[in-house]
Amino acid sequence: MSDASYLSLQKLTLTYGDSPAVPDLDLDIRKGELIALLGPSGCGKTTTMRAIAGLMPVKSGRVRLDGSDITRVPANKRAVGLVFQSYALFPHLSVYENVAFGLKLKGMRGQELDAKVQSGLKSVGLSNFANRRPAELSGGQQQRVALARSMVMEPKVLLLDEPLSNLDARLRLEMRTELQRVQKETGVTMIFVTHDQAEALALADRIVVMKSGKIEQIGSPEDIYNRPTSSFVADFVGFENIFPLENGKLKTSGGLINLSSQPPSAAGLAWRPRMVTLGIGPFRGTVRGTSFAGDSREYLLDTPIGPIKAEVEASQPAYALGAELVFDLPAEKAAPLARFA
Amino acid sequence: MTVARSLFIPLVLFLVIAFLIGPFLIIVAASFSAGETLAFPPQGFSLRWIAKVFTVESFRASFGMSMFLAIGGTLAALVLGIPASYALSRYKLPGAEIVRTIVSAPIIVPGIIVGLALLRYIVVPFQIGITLALFMAHTALILPYAVRVVSASLENLRSDIEEAAVLLGSSRLGAFFRVVMPNIRGGILSAFILGFVTSFNQVPVSLFLSGPGVRTMPIDMIAYMEIVFDPSVAALSSLLALMSIGIVFAAERFLGFSRYV
Ligand SMILES: Nc1ncnc2c1ncn2[C@@H]1O[C@H](COP(=O)(O)OP(=O)(O)O)[C@@H](O)[C@H]1O
Ligand SMILES: [Mg+2]
Repeated sequence: MSDASYLSLQKLTLTYGDSPAVPDLDLDIRKGELIALLGPSGCGKTTTMRAIAGLMPVKSGRVRLDGSDITRVPANKRAVGLVFQSYALFPHLSVYENVAFGLKLKGMRGQELDAKVQSGLKSVGLSNFANRRPAELSGGQQQRVALARSMVMEPKVLLLDEPLSNLDARLRLEMRTELQRVQKETGVTMIFVTHDQAEALALADRIVVMKSGKIEQIGSPEDIYNRPTSSFVADFVGFENIFPLENGKLKTSGGLINLSSQPPSAAGLAWRPRMVTLGIGPFRGTVRGTSFAGDSREYLLDTPIGPIKAEVEASQPAYALGAELVFDLPAEKAAPLARFA
Repeated sequence: MTVARSLFIPLVLFLVIAFLIGPFLIIVAASFSAGETLAFPPQGFSLRWIAKVFTVESFRASFGMSMFLAIGGTLAALVLGIPASYALSRYKLPGAEIVRTIVSAPIIVPGIIVGLALLRYIVVPFQIGITLALFMAHTALILPYAVRVVSASLENLRSDIEEAAVLLGSSRLGAFFRVVMPNIRGGILSAFILGFVTSFNQVPVSLFLSGPGVRTMPIDMIAYMEIVFDPSVAALSSLLALMSIGIVFAAERFLGFSRYV
């Protein structure tokens, strides 16, 4: 085992009946890493997690963990934890008994068990709720119980399926910090699934962007945010103006267009709204929509090359609805896309 | 007009309740009669017919038989029905609908036909003893109730808790006993009570399968009434009703039975 592949998926293929959900997936994860699996709903994130946990049969390929092949190891012998999207707490057991469940199965008893459960509850701030039933807890508290229940088992890898999506906005932020803290304190290797790019960017050491069962891009949050390599990732992380390139020209609904400066060689170019320059440039447009966002103003422009989204600082002079203006798509600011889907 | 309207609802309510509870009250009243024949209004008050119930030899035997069938049959139906319900609700099995239909058949098909069919095609050709035949028949009759009620509580239980248990180190079977069974025990208890009552009240099938010396309680009561027309049958009915009420009350009290039905 090399350091870079504590958990390693090798040519992993997963199917439901005959329909392939995940074809030929390769992924290496370092020990102690916090990985975000990012992608739209239905792209195979849950399926991949379930395969790592052993809840889903592997059609072909291998799963290796900590130096051994666990492809055929049953789920209850893998030392992989999973926090379910729905928490999956045992409704008939108290919070305490939920957390003690796995430890008891390991044969832990008495003082040792109690100490372990208590410290698990304490680490998620639920010491005072030990005797409650899951139904008597809020969503956020249930989430913490699920986290503690998995963490006390000291799994080699902890998987979290959309851990924040069932929480309201305030709790989500709180839980985000919580997850990060638990991960840093314990150093557990963690993979969490999300369809929210902001969550992935805020939390992860590395982000794996998935699309239709395939990995679209792997990289640090900075990489993904600033240097998307495909139109799909660019779109996912908020580049609103995305065009293919053909022979150094921008291919738009208004035909092939020359840019104001020489573009890099790439399959496409993408601009975030704030990368668009207003007031100077070779293109013309009409303000079709405008919205004020505190520090900035956003414009939706109708142009011969299609709709363009632009964002400028609020201190700049404002354009009225219907106003005609000129703008530029500066090639040097654009993110070059290696793949255009 | 308003008086007539304001009286209408209470009147209907009264009639419904009278119709439902009335016969029962008459039977209870008749059990305390001091007279020699089953009659209403009761003649005088005594506990002699209540006392007599306990001295009739055939009542004791048939009560024992009915209890055996109700408890044994329900347990057997649950042993078959719980795994069947589990399989039906957790796996997409080919032919699941057919199994569901077959399992429900005894609810739909009149008991008298089931009884005749069992007698003609199973009991007689295979020379099965009366007690065993009754036991099998009651198990089959209770099975649909068991499957329905247990299935309903399984539907309400998320299947991911089993996976959670497995990931915490439990085997699949262990997960069933550790997290599924405890969460459907209300459904199991409901199925038990429904099964028990269904079996205990069963007449048509038992009528066909009863034989010399082996009778269930209701069959024995009918037979008794054909010969003796004293109030002891009324007294017995009251006692049986008391037993049913006691069971349901205890179940409600200790397990919140009504949540599951
Ligand atoms: N139990 C299932 N049976 C058949 N197809 C499924 C099942 N679960 C998921 N799928 C399909 O597999 C693909 C991936 O699903 P999933 O892993 O749940 O996506 P995600 O978690 O990224 O939203 C989807 O196309 C989905 O329709
Ligand atoms: Mg999912």
